[in-house]
Amino acid sequence: MMNNNVIQVENLSKLFGDFAAVDTISFHVKAGEIFGFLGANGAGKTTAMKMLIGILSPTSGTATVAGFDVYKEAENIKKNIGYMSQKFALYDDLTVKENITFFGGIYGLTKKQIDQKRCELVEELGLQEVTNSLVASLPLGWKQKLAFSVSLLHEPKIVFLDEPTGGVDPITRRQFWEMIYKAAHQGTTIFVTTHYMDEAEYCDRVSIMVNGKIEALDTPKKLKENYNTNTMNDVFLKLARG
Amino acid sequence: MKRFVGFVRKEFYHIYRDKRSLFILFGMPIVQILLFGFAISNEINNVDIAILDQANDVTSKEIINKIAASKHFSVVDVIHQESSIENIFKKGKVKAVLQFENNFGNNLVKENNASVQILTDATDPNMASAISNYIASILQNYQQESNKNVSIDYQIVARSRMVYNSELKSVYMFVPGVMTVILMLVSAMMTSISITREKEQGTMEILLVSPLKPFQVIIGKVFPYIFLSVINAIIIVLLSIFVFNVPVEGSIFLLAIESVLFIITSLALGILISTISATQQTAMMISLMGLMLPTILLSGFIFPISSMPVPLQVISNIIPAKWFIIIVKGIMLKGIGIGYILKETLILFIMTLLFIGISVKKYKIRLE
Repeated sequence: MMNNNVIQVENLSKLFGDFAAVDTISFHVKAGEIFGFLGANGAGKTTAMKMLIGILSPTSGTATVAGFDVYKEAENIKKNIGYMSQKFALYDDLTVKENITFFGGIYGLTKKQIDQKRCELVEELGLQEVTNSLVASLPLGWKQKLAFSVSLLHEPKIVFLDEPTGGVDPITRRQFWEMIYKAAHQGTTIFVTTHYMDEAEYCDRVSIMVNGKIEALDTPKKLKENYNTNTMNDVFLKLARG
Repeated sequence: MKRFVGFVRKEFYHIYRDKRSLFILFGMPIVQILLFGFAISNEINNVDIAILDQANDVTSKEIINKIAASKHFSVVDVIHQESSIENIFKKGKVKAVLQFENNFGNNLVKENNASVQILTDATDPNMASAISNYIASILQNYQQESNKNVSIDYQIVARSRMVYNSELKSVYMFVPGVMTVILMLVSAMMTSISITREKEQGTMEILLVSPLKPFQVIIGKVFPYIFLSVINAIIIVLLSIFVFNVPVEGSIFLLAIESVLFIITSLALGILISTISATQQTAMMISLMGLMLPTILLSGFIFPISSMPVPLQVISNIIPAKWFIIIVKGIMLKGIGIGYILKETLILFIMTLLFIGISVKKYKIRLE
């Protein structure tokens, strides 16, 4: 069956010894969707995500990302995805410009493409003043936006965001979500983990993981109706307490 | 290839902007080689001694003049009673006292048997024995010269000649050792720190998610250090040739190839360390304690391996530095060719393969 699912996961598991960090999860993500991947710390979010981005091989089950198999075609997956970790990892001792050049380079962009992307990005984020400053000197919010833009440099089909808003203030978080919306609007699929329940409301669909299993998966609106609550926070608490 | 160039450029930015690592890279080698060359020396130069001349005759005066004229000693004090000897040692003014017996000259001529006592301050035992050897040889020398004119009985003189380092210059021994320690330090410690820094910052994760393959990441990270280590090796060799006049008897080309081999061995060790340590701090501690100490103490750099207890001699075999020091000494001081150091070269080569093998295995486990 042809479909427009960019991520397709069936009965995926990861065992560490006897412990099932991820326990037979199944879900799919549609192209252009903002998919929220929720769960408490230790619920298995990060493990599941690492399997999807090709740096951890699953114990059993099947999964394809951007049409490529996670077991055999991890290299192709890597070319088609962007990734931003919760540390907003950029090189602190490199300037904004050097970071962009480096990350563009490892994704195989030409010098011309990199220059063009850099101009757009600097313009959009308002970083003209600091292109030649070390990243270490930037405020956290700017680093976060820059890290996100860098993960989009090679125009990936899907971008994976691992708790992208940890430690930043509410206004910056708001602005960050506007960037996410913009990217989604341009056709990039967003796969985002978070433990801020208000952010879950911004997603098209959310899944909630508890102890390695996906306990709920739907639009925020439906979830709230099903669990008969007003906020996603209450949905989460009901699920997490069992 | 373009990716690789970009990666290496980024590594150079890291090194260039971190003043501490810049110092370790280029300051340390120069400081160390100068320190070892000048300060830490076993040579006898201008050692202060005192004379207790109870004979006070022509012969004893001649000998004293001979000693005072040599560049090894300077006579700083003349004492007149035996009781002052202890006092002068306690003050630390001199390292040795030379005592001539009463009627020294007479005894020598008439009975053909006169005695001199050499008292040395053995708180520094190596120094003390060196001093007494030097003085003894000056005395012997004097004796031979005076016998020439008189032509008396047979004399058997045992002559020892030091080969390869005939002047017993300690800097000859230190250069290969310092070179080894520095190449080890730069290659192993700096790479393990720079790889673990990526882990700590979270950028390693980003690199692994990128289309770069893990081995490309590692090669990109170690390449600049190969380059810098080679420059370091060149600086050390130039310093030893032009500042300390240490000869390079053998082939420079062979020395260069062996050095590159040892640099790669050390880099492989650095990679291995980075796979077992999560933070820069751990990597540094493991490099210092696990590599530097054995390299300095057990490699034969400072303490001769043959005089170690047997268990330590056995352990010294697994230290790469031991084999490299043998190679460098062989090439620089003895001028030997590859034929004589095949075994050592092969051992280093196998060690390198082993380290790389273990690293690859560990690396895979981490990714699982």
